[in-house]
Amino acid sequence: MAPILRVEGVSKRFGGLVAVDNVSFEVNEGEVFALIGPNGAGKTTLFNCVTGFYTPTLGTVTFQGRDITGFPPHRTAKAGIARTFQNIRLFDYMTAVDNVRLGHHVRMRSRLWDSLFKTPFERREEREITEHSMELLDLVGLKRHADSYARNLAYGQQRRLEIARALATDPKLLLLDEPAAGFTPQEKVELMQLVQVILARGITVFLIEHDMRVVMQASKRIVVLDHGEKIAEGTPAEVRANQRVIEAYLGKSA
Amino acid sequence: MATAVQRLRGTFLPLSFNSGLNVIGILVVLVALFASTQRVIEGGGTYFFQTLGFGLAQGAIFALVALGYTMVYGIIELINFAHGDVFTLGAFFSLAIITSPLGALIGLTPSSSGAGVILPLLGLFVVTMLFCALVNIAIERVAYRPLRHAPRLAPLITAIGMSALLEGIMNVWKGPYNLAYPDFLPENQIPLGGGATIAAKSVFVIVIAVVLMVVLTLFINRSKLGKAMRATAQDRDAAQLMGIDINRTISATFFIGAALAGAGGIIYGLYYNSVQAFDGFQYGLYAFTAAVFGGIGNIPGAAIGGFVIGIVFAMSDGYFTTKWTIPLIFAILIFVLVFRPTGLLGMRVPEK
Repeated sequence: MAPILRVEGVSKRFGGLVAVDNVSFEVNEGEVFALIGPNGAGKTTLFNCVTGFYTPTLGTVTFQGRDITGFPPHRTAKAGIARTFQNIRLFDYMTAVDNVRLGHHVRMRSRLWDSLFKTPFERREEREITEHSMELLDLVGLKRHADSYARNLAYGQQRRLEIARALATDPKLLLLDEPAAGFTPQEKVELMQLVQVILARGITVFLIEHDMRVVMQASKRIVVLDHGEKIAEGTPAEVRANQRVIEAYLGKSA
Repeated sequence: MATAVQRLRGTFLPLSFNSGLNVIGILVVLVALFASTQRVIEGGGTYFFQTLGFGLAQGAIFALVALGYTMVYGIIELINFAHGDVFTLGAFFSLAIITSPLGALIGLTPSSSGAGVILPLLGLFVVTMLFCALVNIAIERVAYRPLRHAPRLAPLITAIGMSALLEGIMNVWKGPYNLAYPDFLPENQIPLGGGATIAAKSVFVIVIAVVLMVVLTLFINRSKLGKAMRATAQDRDAAQLMGIDINRTISATFFIGAALAGAGGIIYGLYYNSVQAFDGFQYGLYAFTAAVFGGIGNIPGAAIGGFVIGIVFAMSDGYFTTKWTIPLIFAILIFVLVFRPTGLLGMRVPEK
């Protein structure tokens, strides 16, 4: 399997602080790849480097064979990378379905002329987008809540809505930043099923997760960060047995 | 503070018909109450409707300028103090065209009049709006964008600096005098029945402003860029992930705001037949008051606020004393900021 995302020697410094230090790994197409590590290990910073919210101080990010280092976020989105945030970032004052409809923005082809005069082309595109949005809401189990304002949804529903909105950008790679945070065990099971559905749609999933059970079950390969450095990489079983990982999570035994 | 900001952020909503209806209803009742007072009855109906027409026309100009304040605030939470001067620049630039050989070329000279000016005037609007829009985009690029992640006081200060700079340029360009602006509009009164009349001039101003506002509404409601603006106003990072180029979106906001202000500048010139380099400072503050009155960041609010301030202005001038008009306007500003900081419309999001 070819790597869809290649991170090579990426470092990110903020003044004297080295948040990510010379990290390299590859995410293969069609797998679930996980990034784990203790708090403050630099996981979200790395996500920000991949999606363009930060420009890496050093190193390169290659997506589908194309160098996207330093692309602004709207261009990484166009290239086919979508993400969710650790702290949910929905458009609170729009309905659920409008949130997902907006996700289609990047692929819309209607021009100003079309929208001002409601040309048949624009109507058709809008209809298709609405249909597709409802389908995505159905996928994440929110079809009933299509017309609720995003801010009025329950916490777990907001997380799933954010995933639906990310899927609306028609990504090849989906980055999930702690998708199971604050979930009940039942919700976690449902989330893992959803990840499998997303995978079946031909989308590679790259996630940050704290819950080791979730990570070990869902992902094929794992990279472990600690203090910005990569300390391990491998299958769940390999990572679980790795001495440095155990030390990072549990502290060095005396 | 944080919650106040969040609440305001969500209000970057387009003009919607039913939202303003309640508010307009209340205002109509207030005007009617005012109209039934002794002083107004003694003044007579003709005078009242003339004053009201004047207030609406003035309000239309306030509304056009207030929209730019509110749109920019809605999207980047900045009070663009240079906006009032972009408005004056619209008047100055259009005046410069009219008095130059270029004006004669398109058929507009200071002495033109009659129906023949309509088409050239339309062209003048387009060119002036475009010019003001480009200037405003340049201002954003130079003075605000580099400070986007700086503390919010920093761009506020550069905004005041930009305002002073524009005033200075216009002062050097034409001097600190009241410049005569040509009088293209007909002077006649249109009868409304029962002896009441409205100046044709006022009707012209109101119609142009309303048409521009309707176009703006359609644009924000329907176009892809309008949707991008609403998304950027609510959450910039998330908007970027939807493939929205926020720099372009913010530039577009400055473009539209300044185009409206530029149109306001021409209308101001045509209506008052006089313009001065520092007019925009005070006029900008009135328009800013209108934006705050309607709820800063709220587009229908700015439009309604503009008309309200315009009517208050005219009624105060017409029935009390002009000396107290300006203190009255700013007393309203203080009153709103203290008792209803989210403005008249504030939040309009239905709960579950």
